[in-house]
Amino acid sequence: MIQLDHLTYNYGQGIPIFQDFSWEAHDGEAWAILGPSGCGKTTLLYLLAGLRAPTAGKILIDGQPLERPRPHTGLILQDYGLLPWATVLQNAALGLRMRTFYGPDGKHAPKDFQPTENVNTWLERLGLTAQADKYPGQISGGQRQRTAIARTLVLEPDLLLMDEPFSSLDAPTREDLQNLTLELWAEQKLTLIVVTHAIEEAAILGQKILLLAPPPNIHPLVIENPEACTPLFREMPEYLDICRELRRRMEIG
Amino acid sequence: MKRRDLLLAVIALLMLWQVAAMLLRQPILPSPIAVAGVFWRELSSGELGEHFLVSLWRVLASTFLAILIAAPLGVILGQSQRLNNLLSPVIYLTYPIPKVVLVPIVLLFFGIGDLPKIVIIFLILFFQILVLVRDQAAAIRPELIQSVRSLGAGRRALFRYVYLPASVPAVLTALRLSVGTAVAVLYVAELFATQRGLGYYIYYSGSTLFDYAAMYAGIVALSMMGLGLYFIVDWLERRIAPWQFAR
Repeated sequence: MIQLDHLTYNYGQGIPIFQDFSWEAHDGEAWAILGPSGCGKTTLLYLLAGLRAPTAGKILIDGQPLERPRPHTGLILQDYGLLPWATVLQNAALGLRMRTFYGPDGKHAPKDFQPTENVNTWLERLGLTAQADKYPGQISGGQRQRTAIARTLVLEPDLLLMDEPFSSLDAPTREDLQNLTLELWAEQKLTLIVVTHAIEEAAILGQKILLLAPPPNIHPLVIENPEACTPLFREMPEYLDICRELRRRMEIG
Repeated sequence: MKRRDLLLAVIALLMLWQVAAMLLRQPILPSPIAVAGVFWRELSSGELGEHFLVSLWRVLASTFLAILIAAPLGVILGQSQRLNNLLSPVIYLTYPIPKVVLVPIVLLFFGIGDLPKIVIIFLILFFQILVLVRDQAAAIRPELIQSVRSLGAGRRALFRYVYLPASVPAVLTALRLSVGTAVAVLYVAELFATQRGLGYYIYYSGSTLFDYAAMYAGIVALSMMGLGLYFIVDWLERRIAPWQFAR
């Protein structure tokens, strides 16, 4: 479970992006964080990833205060997340190599970490076997994001954070990967948090949608979208309804 | 570039030389065939070979030293905005100074022998590598750093898995750019206070012995060293930075 407890965050002296902001997400939920650019959605994701520290207040994950990247949290960014000099296979195995590098110290790797060799299984599952020896510069954007997903899931996360993961992809690839994400979310029993600026993506991926506004964000605005994540949601009238509602609310905000 | 085209270029240049020698008919421009004969003679008698090895050792030693010191320093500066701000004025001022003018000073400080020659080539390569590696490390996208950190990487692992491999192409580019200068400066450095090395051999053969064919043989040897080093860098780039060529 994730809890933001009276969180405040600002860059320098400006208006705080979050001010006394409290919010929580439960295990296994699928969240979308939606808002215009500059609203602080990426900042929130980096805070949840442990890559930034709150100015005030606390972030608790499973009751533990978050002070550094947590071994069981996976992070997938829009682009540039893969090492350009490493092949798909090496990139997918990077997290495992990192864990072997430090050993199971509880900080960089889980205390109970056992080196596994299931990288190839994940590559196969994500349809990347033929790409295993290629460099990121040689494969498509969709395949790059699949590689990033493989690299994260190899580490068996319980929380998956994604920042605009599919924004730079063409529409069919994007839908394809959105479906894959939901499939993996259900199968791996993940808690999913996806940051997006696209209303449609929030509607597809978020059973709950956290709507952020231009700073300061003080009260969380949560929109329930219980039908999301069901097959063929894209075709259902509820999908259009939620999109309409999100659009209306974003215009007000 | 194809090997065949390179070979054709070599033949064309040699033919140009031959024609020029035939037209000029002076001892100061011996024909390539004559030079080849002397080259072989000097090489098998041992003298040219020894000068070649001495020069090669000086270039290689200074190159390794420069990589060993400049590459990690460049990575450190590229990572730390603060350190870079502190040191970049110094680098900015010293980088464009033609290091070859420092030869007399280096000779004064380090005396005769290999050391001053190694130091002067080291200085050239050092700045070239430092600047390129620093800029390369500073240009690594923050997204890449963050996503690798999210996989559990701390400072040491970032260095090992991100900054170090990212600096490999910069080191090779620096070498490619400065290998020619290094050999040129080696020549100048070997004109002073030494009786070993190709620079000395070329100068001594030409200006004291008036053995122009031997002088040309020395020049060929030095050119071959420069070219050989360039080829090695080229080969290394394909070998240890293959992702740059994969399309």
